[in-house]
Amino acid sequence: MKISNETIIEMYEKMVKIRKFENRAMNLFAEGQVGGFVHLYIGEEAVATGVCASLRDDDYITSTHRGHGHILAKGGDMKYMMAELFGKESGYCKGKGGSMHIADATKGILGANGIVGAGHNIAVGAGLAAQYKGTDQVCACFFGDASTNQSTFHEGLNLASTWKLPVIFICENNGYGISVSQARHQNITDISQRAVSYNIPGITVDGNDVFAVFEAVQEAVARARKGQGPTLIECKTYRWRGHFEGDPTVYRPEGELEQWKKKDPIPRAEKYILDNQVMTQAEMDQLNAKIDAEVEEAVEFAQASKFPDVASAVLDVYTDIVEEGRTR
Amino acid sequence: MRELTYGQGIKEGMRIKMLENPDVFIFGEDVGLFGGCFGVTSGLFEEFGEKRVRDTPISEGAIIGAAVGAAAVGLRPIPELMFVDFATVGMDQLVNQAAKMRYMFGGKLKLPMVVRLPSGGGVAAAAQHSQSLEAWFTHVPGLKVVYPSNAQDAIGLMLTAIDDDNPVIYLENKTLYAVPGQVEDEVKPIPLGKANIKREGNDVTIITYGKQVYDSLKAAEMLEKDGIDAEVIDLRSLYPLDKEAIFESVKKTHKVVIVSEEAKRGSYAGELAAIIADECFYECDAPIKRVCALNTPIPFSGNLEAYVLPNADDVVEAVKSLF
Repeated sequence: MKISNETIIEMYEKMVKIRKFENRAMNLFAEGQVGGFVHLYIGEEAVATGVCASLRDDDYITSTHRGHGHILAKGGDMKYMMAELFGKESGYCKGKGGSMHIADATKGILGANGIVGAGHNIAVGAGLAAQYKGTDQVCACFFGDASTNQSTFHEGLNLASTWKLPVIFICENNGYGISVSQARHQNITDISQRAVSYNIPGITVDGNDVFAVFEAVQEAVARARKGQGPTLIECKTYRWRGHFEGDPTVYRPEGELEQWKKKDPIPRAEKYILDNQVMTQAEMDQLNAKIDAEVEEAVEFAQASKFPDVASAVLDVYTDIVEEGRTR
Repeated sequence: MRELTYGQGIKEGMRIKMLENPDVFIFGEDVGLFGGCFGVTSGLFEEFGEKRVRDTPISEGAIIGAAVGAAAVGLRPIPELMFVDFATVGMDQLVNQAAKMRYMFGGKLKLPMVVRLPSGGGVAAAAQHSQSLEAWFTHVPGLKVVYPSNAQDAIGLMLTAIDDDNPVIYLENKTLYAVPGQVEDEVKPIPLGKANIKREGNDVTIITYGKQVYDSLKAAEMLEKDGIDAEVIDLRSLYPLDKEAIFESVKKTHKVVIVSEEAKRGSYAGELAAIIADECFYECDAPIKRVCALNTPIPFSGNLEAYVLPNADDVVEAVKSLF
């Protein structure tokens, strides 16, 4: 498949954006400027990027607890994301969601999700709505290897395949369900095998090769738009950080991380870009500098923003009921 | 006026909205071709077709989850789970997703969905098909909960619930499906949070909903013979709650008995008692009583089930204990 230079540059930019955003979030967490549970996507950038490059603005995604990459890849605004990590009023969720619950309905982002496996059926619902309304929208559903052991995975694939819904199930197999390695949590190596049970295509791709992910998803999206139903795509990848920031990662065998760092998706894309003269080194450097500035701008925006007024705590539980507040 | 059963009322409410709004659709276990386990959706499959009245696999998590996803992007789904007991299997989707998405996302999403959950005992369905779990739902911020007791209210509450932009848990009592009631020719939507005084009285306030409205009215008749004039309030909507109607009545009668079919421990009836104790204590001149099921699973054998569930005699006894 010939991928246009424009798409290649766009994907490269997205991956770098995610990497730089996540590195900055990591530092801010270490400095104590950002609290709570932060699950970083470093190392997995090619998956979200390759998937979302195949989607339109009006397509949907559901995400996971490790959602920053998905949201950035689908067009989420770094400023509002960073402000949300800080718990500020200007954040995507007005400080009510934090890292694990960022959503942007205007971009089709139906939310990061703190419950492992909860996104499968929400994605099925979004796909159902597209089919019901007769649009050709699709929904990409991101989830990890461990969530394929949840009943929701099987219920979702069963329903989506039975009703031929336009859902692309993207399994980010990063080798671990929190601390439990894949070999210790399921009796298969390739999760794409599970597609057989639902009589849908299941493929495994190198999740650290953004072009491979893109190509696989292109095909799945085309099928979905034509009403041919869902596809399960397993992207083999690896998370460089722990499950959450602060995780001592005692469960990793020595040398494993280093092996995976050699497969870092970003230098791989850079090599392709240079080899094929898509961009020059100088152009790439310029792009990197632009993204650095963008991340800093987001941090400054977040730092300068106000914390939400406590009175807002009782708002938005319902569309039409304001819950009782405290008298203090 | 005309006569409809409670089950027909539920159906009419859905049908009116389905005719009015193409975004309203029904899906769940056996709701289509089969017409619903209790026949509530019978005829709708034929009228609206498979697209809008869909049979699903037996996958409660997928049913609720798909409703959440569909509602989040603009449809108005009415999922049905056949028995409230099965909500346990779809509970993450209700509690962690449906109830919280709007709040977590800073008020930027609406989730208009009505979850139909047939509830209650009395049909020899034993422990896994007879529960009354309203306290689980009223406990969760983000959910609204209604529980009609008759055909007219079933229609009026359904009309409002479908138009509501929040997830509404619509509880139905399965012993009432065939109970006929008088229904206005054109039923108006009933605002959520508006109780109905079923019987006016001056001596004691009986607060109830669902099937226990009938038990309580029967008890009120029995009490009348003993010279006790009971007021019976049908809450209709458990959240939002019509506190005003409750407090007005308590200020008049100064005695309260709350009747529900739940296991008493941790019940919604307990929450009602706490609200009254908290906000209306000085108007009470007797303990606030709860008449509920026993704290056991619901047993199968008829005599055991009748023993475990509350009835009119229990209401009478509780009321009399206050005098």
